[in-house]
Amino acid sequence: MKRIALISTLLAGALLIWGTRDFPSWGDPNAPASRHVSPTYIEGTVKDTSIPNAVTSVLGDYRGYDTMFETVVIFCAGVVVVSVLRRPDA
Amino acid sequence: MKKDYSLPQDRPIGPSLIIGTAVRVMIPFVQLFGLYVIAHGHYSPGGGFQGGVALGASFILMAIAFDLKTSLRFFSIRANALMASSGVFLYTGTGVLCALLGGLFLDYSAMDALLALGPVEWRSMGVFIVELGVGLAVTSIMASLFWDLSSGGDLEKGL
Repeated sequence: MKRIALISTLLAGALLIWGTRDFPSWGDPNAPASRHVSPTYIEGTVKDTSIPNAVTSVLGDYRGYDTMFETVVIFCAGVVVVSVLRRPDA
Repeated sequence: MKKDYSLPQDRPIGPSLIIGTAVRVMIPFVQLFGLYVIAHGHYSPGGGFQGGVALGASFILMAIAFDLKTSLRFFSIRANALMASSGVFLYTGTGVLCALLGGLFLDYSAMDALLALGPVEWRSMGVFIVELGVGLAVTSIMASLFWDLSSGGDLEKGL
């Protein structure tokens, strides 16, 4: 059983490494992300949200849904640690 | 839970005057810096997560330099739980309020119906409200994680 798990893990890892060969190279201006996604945010930040910091506008506004659940994940972590460990009377 | 680690009370280290004085001077500045990072996230690197960690670290510093009870005296368990949940509620509540006012969920420009600042300015303002909620939640969760993990949950003696 352990051997099957090891083989399948190595196989999946090798597949993932093989898949990275299709990635665009680092900072490629013709990559799909730099062709229309980044310019939209960089040009639209001040016009759409009047926030001069593009990182904050993406984090809080364009990708606000993601950040909301990040906060919920942190809250869940705190609640779980409290509910597992805390004994107020002990 | 069996406690087989040695508590600092068993070691020959008492309360240190140097550490106590240094930490007492440092804590207000750490907290002010945390608030600055949260409030200045629109113009410089920073935001709710980073500022919240700095604010939470000030309470962790208090618990390390003095003891857990001192930290709990300045930040009670009730206030901690209230702050954590109100931070998350502030974020999700802002989103729901935007949806109720006729926009999409988390589309802050819909809050222009409440107070006419302009939709673009409201999007900036909404990000600030949301970052404030993140900061509240992260501050209190940081402190409560340290309290529980360092004392094994009984909140009696920390590190």
